[in-house]
Amino acid sequence: MRRILFWALGIMITASACDKKVSDRTADLPPLQPVNQDLNAGSWKLVLLSRPDSFAVAVPAATTSPLYVADLNEIKGYQAHLSGDMQGKIKYWSAGGVLRWNEIMRDLMAKYNLPPYQNADGTYPAPNPANPFAYPLFPFSNPPYAARAYAYVSGAQYDALVACWYYKNQFKRPAPYTVDPTINALAGKSTLPSYPSEGAVLAGVTAEMMKLLFPGEIANIQQKLQEQELALIASGTATRSDVTAGETLGRQIAEVFIARGRTDNAGKAIGTSTDWNNFVTVTQAKGEAPWYSLEAPKRPPQLPLFGKVKGFLCDSAAIVALRPGPPPSTSSDQMKQETLDAYNTIKNPSREQMRIVQFWADGVGTYTPPGHWNAIAAEDFVARNYSEVRWARNMALLNMAEMDAAISCWDIKYYYFNPRPTQMDPRIKTLTGIPNFPSYVSGHSMFSFAAATVLGHIIPERAGAYNAMAQEAANSRVYAGIHYAIDCDAGRTVGQNVGNVAVNRAKIDGAE
Amino acid sequence: MLIVVSLVGMLPLKLKAQTDEDGIMMNKNQICAGPTYSYSSWSHYWEGAFKRNNQNLGTVSTQMIGFMGIYGITKKLNIVGNLPYVWTNASAGTLHGQHGFQDLSGWVKWLPVRQNIGKGVLSVFTLAGGSVPLSNYIADYLPLSIGLHSRTASGRVILDYQLGHFFTTGSATYTLRSDITIDRNAYYTTALHTTNRVDMPDLWSFNFRTGYRANNLIIEAVASNMTTPGGFDIRKNDMPFPSNKMNATMVGAHFKYEFNSPKGLLITGGGNYTVAGRNVGQSTAFDFGVFYQLYFSKKK
Repeated sequence: MRRILFWALGIMITASACDKKVSDRTADLPPLQPVNQDLNAGSWKLVLLSRPDSFAVAVPAATTSPLYVADLNEIKGYQAHLSGDMQGKIKYWSAGGVLRWNEIMRDLMAKYNLPPYQNADGTYPAPNPANPFAYPLFPFSNPPYAARAYAYVSGAQYDALVACWYYKNQFKRPAPYTVDPTINALAGKSTLPSYPSEGAVLAGVTAEMMKLLFPGEIANIQQKLQEQELALIASGTATRSDVTAGETLGRQIAEVFIARGRTDNAGKAIGTSTDWNNFVTVTQAKGEAPWYSLEAPKRPPQLPLFGKVKGFLCDSAAIVALRPGPPPSTSSDQMKQETLDAYNTIKNPSREQMRIVQFWADGVGTYTPPGHWNAIAAEDFVARNYSEVRWARNMALLNMAEMDAAISCWDIKYYYFNPRPTQMDPRIKTLTGIPNFPSYVSGHSMFSFAAATVLGHIIPERAGAYNAMAQEAANSRVYAGIHYAIDCDAGRTVGQNVGNVAVNRAKIDGAE
Repeated sequence: MLIVVSLVGMLPLKLKAQTDEDGIMMNKNQICAGPTYSYSSWSHYWEGAFKRNNQNLGTVSTQMIGFMGIYGITKKLNIVGNLPYVWTNASAGTLHGQHGFQDLSGWVKWLPVRQNIGKGVLSVFTLAGGSVPLSNYIADYLPLSIGLHSRTASGRVILDYQLGHFFTTGSATYTLRSDITIDRNAYYTTALHTTNRVDMPDLWSFNFRTGYRANNLIIEAVASNMTTPGGFDIRKNDMPFPSNKMNATMVGAHFKYEFNSPKGLLITGGGNYTVAGRNVGQSTAFDFGVFYQLYFSKKK
């Protein structure tokens, strides 16, 4: 009997031993060691700033001055008593500031990507940026909101780092461990001038952008900023004066993006009930069946005027020019056939179809499709050891394309106001929630092909892989039962066209 | 032998043989096996402490057909096995239901102590068990996934006291749950995780039953509780997730009746209702089973 008890205990111990600690894919990265410092990046093409020296940065104190010696003493003080916790934070931030801030942004998008719960009378409350802590929390970071937020942060980080590189090159202040060999370089060594600190520029610009994008997170992000800045100093990467100059420069440049963000029409994208009804009237006047919400209670359409937001790459005329031709008429035989195809696809889904649907769903409570492509990009960039400024440039190209893809896609969706397959045939059950906006064209297809086009330009040897991923993302929406195949085919073309606008910018921005 | 169906989590129905929670043993070489059917449904559920319904789900129902068997290696050592097939459905909204084989589970049940105390008999049972998913079903599709796809290992102690025809049984169980792999490669709990592995909280469960127990009839009232010591709450209007904290308290009643003729045939049935919960559906569940028991004696 006793042997059986031991045997049973053995099973339990084995089962618990198999239960390995779950860790993130980027939890254990080495310090970023750029293969090329991109010392000329101060001359790269800016997004919003007119000049890299739009904001003056004070001449740093000489490395022989008492002020600088005091800076070094601060570093030595930290390094004399480094806690395990501090070592962990140094390791975390040393993998790269653009990477870590991108991950933090993805975390925020997932955190805030929750559709508001209905009121007792079946209407829905709208998040209020003036009171971000009241339910529903501001923002509801749905895909268009998220696409814009990623673009603003990435664009601002990029402009700020171009300015940072401009001043680094101008002042050429060496890193603390270069000036004083007794200082340990705990986050790796580089020949890049350290004033202003690029890490602090990123912290400042990102923290400042919270005032526009995630006003309920200002305090939390401020703590991240302090954590990163302390890690920069304690690791011997930068001095207090490098960090202070960097944070100030970052915040100033963020203000330019915030000012633009307050007037880019995003605040009006939710529309009014008059706008919502107008889509129905206009569509019916064309003799087409208008989209309606398949949620219960019926939810107002998601950001119906987002197509009027000002993008970074395409102006409003270019957005209109991107529109594809109309989908087949809702009363046509072709639409009936498309609907029947959608039904047949979803009737008995295979496990592989379900896997693809879930992998790409990026729905409620996730970092959205643009966030998924940020994750794909970030994990590929890690292996390439880009300088921080090149990291920022590549992320800005990607996210400006994603934002314009969102603008164009929402313009098209509300221009045609086409029903989802389940509206045409209620037998169509879906493998993920039906997004609360019109069907044509597929947002996933646009986001994915725009991203694949940009990333394929940045890393040409991966272009085929990115296109295959984008195609799988597009297919996932058909497998899920929430799109017609035509939505995804049209979305692919428009998405590639948007991606190519970013590629054309990349070819002339001075970084290639 | 009775079967109790309990609702574990946002919905996946777990077939729980009463034989692994009761104070009864098969004799040496005795086998008892048969099918059970259970039905569980809810229209209200808890997101954290917030109780709500959802017009995009309507009533979520889970049906299960299980095949279960118990065998007496000796009269103090039994083994129990369970093979369930599960269907899920939502009566409203558009989400596609799921079906498939869920988790094969087994227990080794040992009776180390049986002694007279006062006018009654006290029995102590210790059990070790485990479960493994039988198919590659999708776990990250709550509330319509058929299970959570974790491998589990459990330890349980049962105390049973019988006085004449009346009995009281109490048990406590701790279940270790392995990580699971989901189809997504990132997910948000209380922070973003960039991995497709999900750390699953373990599970405490407690069961209390009392009633009438005679040779061929058992009628009992049952109260049970499950508590996940870890896990996180579903946020308002978010989707449920396999590693949510899932707590539930259920009350119900069950019976077992053994026919004199045909000898060896027995039926079981019962129901339960979730009176309190966290990140689970407020389910009402019924079950019914037919079993046949016989002796496997070695040929002389």
